[in-house]
Amino acid sequence: MDLLSPGTGLIVWQFIIFVGLFFLLKAFAWKPILASLKEREESIQNALDSAEKAKAEMASLKSDNEKLLKEAREERDRILQHAREAAARLHDEAQTSAKKNADRIIEDAKAIIHTEKQAALRDVKAQVALFSLEISEKLIKKNLSDDKQQKDLIDTYIKDLKLN
Amino acid sequence: MKKPFLIQKTAFLTLFFVAFASFLSPSFASGSETEGGEPKKFDPNEVILHHVIDDHQWHFTDHLVLPLPIIVYSSEKGLDMFLSSRFFDEHHNPVEYNGYKLEHNHIYLTESGTAVFDLSITKNVAMLLINATLLFLILTAVARSAKNRTGKAPKGIQSFIEPIIVFVRDEIVKPNIGHHYEKFLPYLLTLFFFILFGNLLGLLPGSGNLTGNIAVTLVLAVLTFIITNFSGNKNYWSHIFWTPGVPLPLRPIILPVEIIGIFTKPFSLTIRLFVAITAGHIVLLSLICLTFIFQSYVVGVGVSIAVMFINLIELLVAGIQAYVFTLFTALYIGMATADDHH
Repeated sequence: MDLLSPGTGLIVWQFIIFVGLFFLLKAFAWKPILASLKEREESIQNALDSAEKAKAEMASLKSDNEKLLKEAREERDRILQHAREAAARLHDEAQTSAKKNADRIIEDAKAIIHTEKQAALRDVKAQVALFSLEISEKLIKKNLSDDKQQKDLIDTYIKDLKLN
Repeated sequence: MKKPFLIQKTAFLTLFFVAFASFLSPSFASGSETEGGEPKKFDPNEVILHHVIDDHQWHFTDHLVLPLPIIVYSSEKGLDMFLSSRFFDEHHNPVEYNGYKLEHNHIYLTESGTAVFDLSITKNVAMLLINATLLFLILTAVARSAKNRTGKAPKGIQSFIEPIIVFVRDEIVKPNIGHHYEKFLPYLLTLFFFILFGNLLGLLPGSGNLTGNIAVTLVLAVLTFIITNFSGNKNYWSHIFWTPGVPLPLRPIILPVEIIGIFTKPFSLTIRLFVAITAGHIVLLSLICLTFIFQSYVVGVGVSIAVMFINLIELLVAGIQAYVFTLFTALYIGMATADDHH
C-alpha cells in the first residue's frame, strides 16, 4: 500500500534537507539565539541578585541608622542627666555657700554688735561716772546744810552705781 | 434590531457554505470521472488516499495543477529531468513521455517496465523545501533580532518563538538529558520546529501531508536512532548486552529483548507521528466526503461545523506530536548518556 511504503526519493530528500537545515539552523539560528537567551537569563539573575543585595544593604543601613539614632538618644539622655545633676549640684552649692555667707555675715554682725555694745557700755559707764560726779557736785553744792539726808542719798547712789 | 441581523447572518453563513460546497463538488466529481465521460460512483477511498499520499504534481483543483519537476535515474537511460505535466495531455489523461510512464505515483520505463530511481521534487519534497525555507527564514530572523537587541527585551517574532525554544530547552531537553544537554539541544530544537511547522503547514488546505508521510517520519526516527546509539556510553551498552541486576541465567534471554528494544524505539517514533497526522487528515477528509456521499447541503453545513472543531483538535495534535517526538528523542538520548545510577 502506498500509504505505508516510504518513497525512496522522499527519504533521500528528507535526509538531505533535514540534515542541511540542522547544520544551517545550528550555525545561524540556535547558536545566537541560545547564547542570547543564556546571556539574558544571566543578566536577569544578576539583576535580581544585585537587587537582593541592595535590599540587604538597605536593611543593614536602616538598622545602622536605628542603632545610631538609639545611641544618639541615649547620649542625649545621658548629657541631659548630667546637666540636670550639675545644675542641682550647682544650686545646692550656691545655696550652701550663700547660707554660709549669710551665716558669716550674721556672725560678723553679731561680733560687731557685741564689740559695739561693749564700747557703748564702756562709754555709758564713763558717762554715768561723769554724771554722778556732776550730780554729786550739784548735790554737794545744794545740800551742804542737811548733812544727814545728803549722806543717805549719796549712799543710795553709790549703791546703785555698784550694781552696774 | 438584533433579530434581522441574526437572520442576515444565518443567511450569509448558509450562502457561504453552499458556495463552499458547490466550489468543492466539481473538483471531487470531476476527479471521479472515467475517460469515457460516464459518471463513476464517488469513491471516498480514492479521494482520501489521494489527499494524504505523495504526488508527482501539486493538485489544488482540476483546473489548478502545479507541475513539479521529475528527476529520474535509471541504468538504461541515465539521469533525466522534466516537468510532471509531460505525463498528462490537455485533457488530463495520463500519457507516456520519453520512454517513461507514470502509474500509481510510480515511474516505470515503458520498454522494460522496471521502476526507475525516482528523485523527483514531489508534492511532499516541495512541502519539505517550503517548510525548511520558512523555518530558516523565521529562525534566522529571530537570531538577528536576538543579536541586534542584546540586553534588551525581546520584540516581535522573537518574543513569539523564544518562549517555544525555552519550553523545549527547559521542559523537554533539560529534564530528560541532564547536565550535558547542550550538545543535543540544536538537533532537538530543529526536530521540534520541523515537526511543528510541518504539522501546521500540513493542515493548510491544499498543502501536502508532510509529517504524515512515513518516509519523513522514518528519516527523523533513524536520525534519532543514530544519535542515540552513537552517543550511548558504557552504561548503555552494558545494560543491553549484560544487564546488571538480572540473575545470570536470565541474561542471555534478556539480550535479544534488549536488542529488539534498540530498534522498537525508532519504529514507534516513525509510526506514532505518521499515524497521528495521517489519521487526523483522514478523519477530516472522511467528514468532508460525507457531504458528497449524501449529496446534501444540510449534511454539508453540519459537516463543515464538525470539521471546524476537528481542525481545532488537529492544531492541538500538531503541537502534541511535535512535543512527543522531541520528548521521546530526548528521553532515548538521556537513557543512552545517563551516568550509572545502580
